[in-house]
Formats: sequence, C-alpha cells, structure tokens
Amino acid sequence: MKFKVLYYVNQFFGQIGGEEEAGMAPVFKKENIGPALGFNGLLGEEGEVVGTLICGDNYFNENKEEALEYIMNVIKESNPDIIVAGPAFNAGRYGMACSGVANAVIDELNIPVVTGMYIENPGLDSCRAKAIVVETTDSAAGMRKALPVMANIVKKLMKNEELGLPAEEGYISQGKRLTVLSDKRGSRRAVDMLLARLTDEPFETELPMPVFDKVDPAPAIKDLSKSTIALVTSGGMVPHGNPDRIQSASAQKWGKYDVSGREALTGEYCTIHGGFDPVYANEIPDRVAPLDMLKEFQKEGVIGNVFEYFYTTTGTGTSVGNSIKFGTEIGKELKEAGVDGVILTST
Amino acid sequence: MVKEIERYGIPIVHMSTITTISESVGANRIVPTIAIPYPVGNPNLPENEEYTLRKKMVERALKGLNTEIKEVTQF
Amino acid sequence: MKLELRRIHIKDIQLGNETTVKNGVLTVNKEELISKLKEDERIKDVKLDVARPGEKVRIIPVKDVIEPRVKIEGEGNGFPGVSTKMAQLGDGKVNVLYGAAIVTVGDIVGFQEGVVDMWGEGAKWTPFSQTFNLVVDIIPVEGLAPHVHETTVRLAGLKAAEFVGEAGRSVEPDEVLVYEMGSHAEESKKYPDLPKVAYVEMLISQGLLHDGYIYGVNSQLILPTLLHPNEELDGAVISGNCVAACDKITTYQHQNNSAILDLYAEHGKTINFLGVILTPELTTLEGKFRTCDYTAKLCKSLGADGVIISEEGYGNPDSDLLMICKRLEDSGIKTVLITDECSGWDGMSQPLADTAKEAIAVVSTGNVSHVVTLPPADRVIGNDKAIATLAGGWEGCLEEDGSLKCELNAVIGATSEIGYHNCTVKLY
Repeated sequence: MKFKVLYYVNQFFGQIGGEEEAGMAPVFKKENIGPALGFNGLLGEEGEVVGTLICGDNYFNENKEEALEYIMNVIKESNPDIIVAGPAFNAGRYGMACSGVANAVIDELNIPVVTGMYIENPGLDSCRAKAIVVETTDSAAGMRKALPVMANIVKKLMKNEELGLPAEEGYISQGKRLTVLSDKRGSRRAVDMLLARLTDEPFETELPMPVFDKVDPAPAIKDLSKSTIALVTSGGMVPHGNPDRIQSASAQKWGKYDVSGREALTGEYCTIHGGFDPVYANEIPDRVAPLDMLKEFQKEGVIGNVFEYFYTTTGTGTSVGNSIKFGTEIGKELKEAGVDGVILTST
Repeated sequence: MVKEIERYGIPIVHMSTITTISESVGANRIVPTIAIPYPVGNPNLPENEEYTLRKKMVERALKGLNTEIKEVTQF
Repeated sequence: MKLELRRIHIKDIQLGNETTVKNGVLTVNKEELISKLKEDERIKDVKLDVARPGEKVRIIPVKDVIEPRVKIEGEGNGFPGVSTKMAQLGDGKVNVLYGAAIVTVGDIVGFQEGVVDMWGEGAKWTPFSQTFNLVVDIIPVEGLAPHVHETTVRLAGLKAAEFVGEAGRSVEPDEVLVYEMGSHAEESKKYPDLPKVAYVEMLISQGLLHDGYIYGVNSQLILPTLLHPNEELDGAVISGNCVAACDKITTYQHQNNSAILDLYAEHGKTINFLGVILTPELTTLEGKFRTCDYTAKLCKSLGADGVIISEEGYGNPDSDLLMICKRLEDSGIKTVLITDECSGWDGMSQPLADTAKEAIAVVSTGNVSHVVTLPPADRVIGNDKAIATLAGGWEGCLEEDGSLKCELNAVIGATSEIGYHNCTVKLY
C-alpha cells in the first residue's frame, strides 16, 4: 500500500495569487497543486500526495489559532502518514507558517513533517529540532533541486530507515548530538587532528564549544529582615533512603522536602551525588546546604523566614537541558510562594 | 538552574567552588566556596573555626541578595 | 629508556589446580589465589569466575580492570609504591598476558562502578568485552569505612594481577613490542625538524573513588609531574576506581594508555614525543589555577609545539581542561583536547559545563547520557540490582526479564577520554 502525504503550501505556490492573496484563509483541495504535483511524481510507486492545503501567509501569521484549527481538522480527517510543507526558501512568513504547521502536527498528532528552508529563514529555529528541514537556496529557483531531496527523506522515513548525517541527506542539523562508533579510536583521532594543526592542514573539531546565554541580575532584596529565603542545592542532599529516588548522576528529576520543623539538615539527610567524595557531606550535610546557618540568621532576625521547602537535585552529569527544566519548575514554585531570594549551592 | 530561577525576577546567589564555571554559565551573584566535596564548610578546621567560617559564608550570600548589581559580582 | 612489552596471546582462561600458561590457555589456581587475597584480614571472602568474549555474561558492579603481567628483566615487578617496593619503572622486559584481564567486582563502595557485557549490544560499548576476564568478587569484612573498603578492593585487584601475571614468567611471547626513547636532548638531536609534542593526562583527584595514584602517591597531593611514557606503560599509574564507569581510566587503560601508544607510533616519524604530564583535577579553585598554570609552564619549558590533553570525568574538570587549553593556546602552543560530553538523553543539551573560545580542536568520545538497552544475560557475575544506584542507572532501569536500560555512564570504558574506545558524537 502506498503511504499518504498531505501537502501544505502558501497562496503563491498554491496558485491562488501573489501578495494580494496573502490574507486568504486556508482551503483544502483533494488534488496536487504546485510543488505537490512534482513531489507526487517523485514518490513513484511508494507513496502519493492525497491533497493540498493552501493558506495565505499573512492570514496564517495573523490568525494562527483559526488557521491551525482548520488545518488540523483537515489533517485529522484525511489521516496522512506524513506532512510535507513548502519548501519556503527564504520567504519569512511562509517559513513561519511551515514551522507553525510542523510544530502543531508533531506535538499534537505525532505525524512526521518534512519541509525545506534557506538557512537564514526566520521560521527555521522554531521547528528544526522536531521537523526535518531540507536546506534550500534562497529563492524558488532551487525548487527543482529541493524536491528530490525532500522526497528521498520522506521515503526513508516511511520505510523506518534511519537518516544519515545532515550533510549526507541534505537536511539542516536538528541539533541532536548522537553517540556513534567511529572506525578509529579517540586517541588516534586526536593525534591525527594535532598533526593536521601542526602542518596547517584543515581539521574539524568534533565538539564546537557551547554557548551559554545571560540573564539580567534580578533586583536586590530591599529589607532582608522581612524576606523569605529559599535554599536549593545541586549537591544531591536527600532524606535518608532517597524517597524520591533521585539519580546519583545525570538527574532526571528534583525533590523538595519540608524543613520548616528542622534546625539543620544534619541528622536526617545524606548525599546521593555521584560526583564527589561523599564522606564530608554525609558527616555534616549542612556543609553542602547550610540550612543550620539560615535558621540561625532567622532566629537572630537578620532574615524574616527560611522557606518551608528545601529543593534538591544532583548536578553531576546532568544535562543543561534538564537543569533548565528543573530551574524553571522550581523557580515557578518559588515565585508563586512569594519567596524573595534564593541561595543555591553547588558541589 | 540559577539562571532559570533568576528569570522569574527572584535574586539568587550561587554558592560554588568553581566560580569560573558559574561565570561561564551565567550566574550573576556568586559566593566562592571552599571545595567541591564541602562547599560551605571545611572539615580540616577545628569545630569552632569551621562554624565561624560557615556563618560568614552564608552572611556573604545574604549580603549578595541585599546588594543591587549590574554585572557579575562575587561576594 | 627501553621497555619491551612481550605479549603472550591468551586465548582462554580456566580455573584449575595450578597457575600456568600453556598454548595460550591461562589456567589459574583458584584456591591459591583466593587464599593469597585473603591474607588481607579486611577481606572476608573471594569468589572467582571467568567471562569470555561472546558469552552471554554480564559483570556488575565493576570497580577496576587490570592487565596481568610479570617483569622478567629490569627493576620493579608489580606496582612499585603500591603493592611492591619502590623502584624506577620504564626499563626492562615485561611478559604480558595479552588478551587477559583481571576484573574486580563486589559490594558497591560508591556510585562510580559499572557494567561489562561480554556479548551483543553491550559488548559494542565496552573495550573489555574483547578480553578474557578473570572476575575477582571481593567480599570485605563488615563495618569497613568507605575509604578503607575502596583501598582493600583496589589492592586486591593489583595483587591478583601480579599473582596471575607470574604464570607468564617463562613463556615465550608471541610478539614483542619495543618502546625506546632517550633524553630530550638526544631525541631533539635525532629529530631536529619534527614538531615537539607533549601529552597532558588529567587525573581526577577528588577523594573517595576519585583519585589516581602515581608510584603509590595520591594524585591529589602532587604538582603536575612529568613522566617518561615508558613509566606509565610499565605500571607507574593506577586507578583509584575513579569517577563514572564510562570515563574512569582503569589501571588496564593506564598500562595500555592509547594516547601514549598512538603518540609513540608517530615518534620519530611525524613528531618528537616529549612525554606525559600527569595533572591532578582538584576540588578547589585555587588548586585548579595552580595546577593549570603549572601544567602550561611544564609544556612551555619542554618547548612543546603541540599538546594533547585528555580529561578524566566531567563537570568541574571541564573547567581545568579548558583553562589548560587557554593557557597553552595563548602561548602559541597548539592543542587538541579529548573529552566526553553530557548532552542529555536527547543529545540536545550543551555538551560541556564550561566554555572557552580557544578550544577549537576537540575530540568527543561520546555522550555519557546516551541511553542503551542491554538484553538479558544468561549469567550475571556480581549483582545486577546494583545498577539502580550506579551513576547512569536509576530505580527501575533493570527490567523483570533481566534486560537493562542505562546510560553509557554505567558502562566501563565506553566514553574513555584517553580515547581508548571508538565512541564519538555526530551532530544530526
């Protein structure tokens, strides 16, 4: 049986009209229009395009909710195996629309999406991690080259074949760093890379340096003596027995524990952090998360209150992605609870 | 985690030993600590000295929360 | 220095009543080895087992792997400063039971122990699926403090390797590898036009299960130090069972350090190899500044044109790695770094904990959080329930049928940062 493709294009490629038609609401046609026609031909006996969705670029971007509601309904009704959108080349609004359709379809229906864009298209960043975005030229002159690449990828996906490297397959990197086996061991690759550097030959790093973003400093606490301070640690301090089973490395979750009745962590807590010698932290857990000192400052009236919950996770080997998730979740709780300031300790 | 909490507008002080990493990843208020296995403490000191040290470090953290800053600052 | 590694190819291991090598079959006297190890009163019991490549056997929790050898000529049999008396290593003849390994297992000391699968999917991810493994399961007496427990297990593994290595004393080797290198002055005279290259081997030095030892000296206590590469190949450096299983440098990997071997292979051809600088990764910022400055100074004093730097562990040592790189690049020395990365289960996270624009040439030996599914074994040596508490495992990652879902973190040697294995990362 042939797999079913549903095709998405804008008003121009849908042969409705140019800029003057950019405000048109989406329509669905059970025929192959514009690039869908050529694409269908490229699928041969393996698959077929069952229809074309056409939507004005302005309409999509200005009425995203309504546009998506119609589009998603059509997709649900025609139940395709895969969605193909564009290619949008360097058309910004068209790119944003392809991206919007791709994200909605993947998130809500879990149907794969293949599209195409020029590397500078503003729609790229929001969908590259989820959809497969084929790299195209910046103008529609590249249509003839882009469609076969997109068709090949669609056929592979429908056969459940793993895609090769972005450069080999012609798509734009999704930003996924996948572990694979090389034919040379690491030390040999290092020696080869150094030899290249020493003889001024070209070489390619296997790990481009990460880029970390910045956040503006939050305003200071005006009056410490009226403030509630929360204590957070990535040092893996947990109540004995690790009731929430937080991992000793590469944490997938965080825990929070009521410390309102405690004077110190010492006595009931220990560390499950796999990244350091735990002997000293287990002797006096407050060496990692100084609840005892905060409680003293509370008694002395230096601070108003220590927040009733203590938050904890393991920092070692924990992906930045998970740290961001934990920080966002914990920060939300602290914000909602009206916490004024946070002390976060790391090991 | 530090940055994500700060994004909510809550001031946060990062008590960490390897402050070079704190700065690279974008913490704004930083209190340098003693060593990775015992950031807020020092088992090599006698009990009363360790107590004073620990109290001072937390005091510095509170001072950090109480101080307006424009750029990365160590307390 | 001139070191001969005389390889006796081992094709099987058997447990028996004598300790010998005949026609490539290593037989180990079970009772004698057990009673030898039990001379240490901290050891209550020892169990021995054999795991062969291709067998559906899982070994867990693995602490260290050691190559059995015997020195037949020259100073320093065994591990001087640790298990035998002090001696200068690097010269002489060593008979190596090549293809055999001692693998220590036993009650968990820390979270940093790992798994070795001898077959199938798991075998792909660890170099120690390819060796015939004599598994030494060490049961200590009750009530040992963690540091003492670790020492006991570490020493037992080394002693077992020495005991087994003796079997090769008078056996003719199948192949002889010669490692010879003179003083810097001599080598520079021989190869005046070749670029000078040093190897910086970072050693995690952060306490329990996070230390390396050089001639028995805990690496926490040293300033960065220069070794002739032969010294490490001859057993001067041993593992303190350190860090996550995937990137701990086991003793076996020190004895066969791939970065040293691959640089040696180029010595006199494309480079003039200057030697190994061992650098501790400390837990204080002052300590890190001191060792990084000192390491860069040693490289400069040696007149290095290029340096390969390998990390051990991840997280805070990323900072040491990049600081050394920056200092060297700023002084005009070209670097290549070897590290693994923590890019998360989906591979979408920033790979390192720190960053430096100078690090333009980096070899990645894999994502420690890459998740693998290992099918059930016919036989488990050790205890597979340990996986729930190991770095790289989690509660529930051992399925009822005995299959195992874990991160590479838990697989011994998977992402070896001395580049001992073949993992790498590609951007998809």
